[in-house]
Amino acid sequence: MAVRRPFSRDQRTTIIYGMLAFVLVVVVLQIWLLTATMNAFLGGDEDVVVPAALVSVVACGLNVGLLGYVRRMERVSG
Amino acid sequence: MANHPADPRAPLDALINSPGREGLTGTAPVNLYLRHRERESITTAPDRSPEDQQPAWREDFPIDWPQDQYVERRDFMKFLVLTSAALTAGQFWVVGQNWLRRRRGLPEVRRVASLREIPPGMSLVFQYPGELDNCVLVRLSESELVAYSQKCTHLSCAVIPEPEKGVLHCPCHEGYFDLRSGRPTAGPPRRPLPRIIVEVRGQDVYATGIDTRTT
Repeated sequence: MAVRRPFSRDQRTTIIYGMLAFVLVVVVLQIWLLTATMNAFLGGDEDVVVPAALVSVVACGLNVGLLGYVRRMERVSG
Repeated sequence: MANHPADPRAPLDALINSPGREGLTGTAPVNLYLRHRERESITTAPDRSPEDQQPAWREDFPIDWPQDQYVERRDFMKFLVLTSAALTAGQFWVVGQNWLRRRRGLPEVRRVASLREIPPGMSLVFQYPGELDNCVLVRLSESELVAYSQKCTHLSCAVIPEPEKGVLHCPCHEGYFDLRSGRPTAGPPRRPLPRIIVEVRGQDVYATGIDTRTT
């Protein structure tokens, strides 16, 4: 059976960099989404409001999940 | 020729220090049980030069550069996740505002002015649908009337009709809107002014609704 070793600090730093890039892209998308939704709402287009909120929830859930992974990784690595 | 395991001149097993092999072969290197520093406990200076080349004060104020970088990136990620949650909260604020707007329903029909009060080429300010919602009514010709919300779609400054130039002018940031369509023609505004739907009934002008648009 393969032995699973906790990640070393260098590995964790690499993982954090990857996650940071992903989270950054998602947050930029969320900023755009909020801007576009606000523009549509102020322009009287109500159809996009609820779907945009749901997409934003999914994006936030992804980010929170990644943060949870970092916490678990740190707990295992000590 | 393959080395025999019993041959003392045979090189040590390359995997001897791998997890799962330690202590099992009976040929462990002599320094295996010596106290050694974990790689992660070694402090690396920002200039990454060896410890013996560092100035003396580094011993008193050691900076663990890799650890510092790791913690900074992790904290920045936490901040970004918080930002993400705030943006999601913002989306739900829009949902709430949308719900309130729907709940209010359509604005009522209201008399705005008499045609006698507004000769061709002139304009008049009125409130619709609320008492604080200023709108501007412009009589373009004998039979042509247009009305818009007076709030600029950029930062809500009051727009001023200039019928002789065919524009509505926002003096705050030099925004211009076309008088006939309400669409932005210059300056920072990107959305058209909400159009107030007006009807002429006899000699009176009535506001009957609001037409908000994105383009």
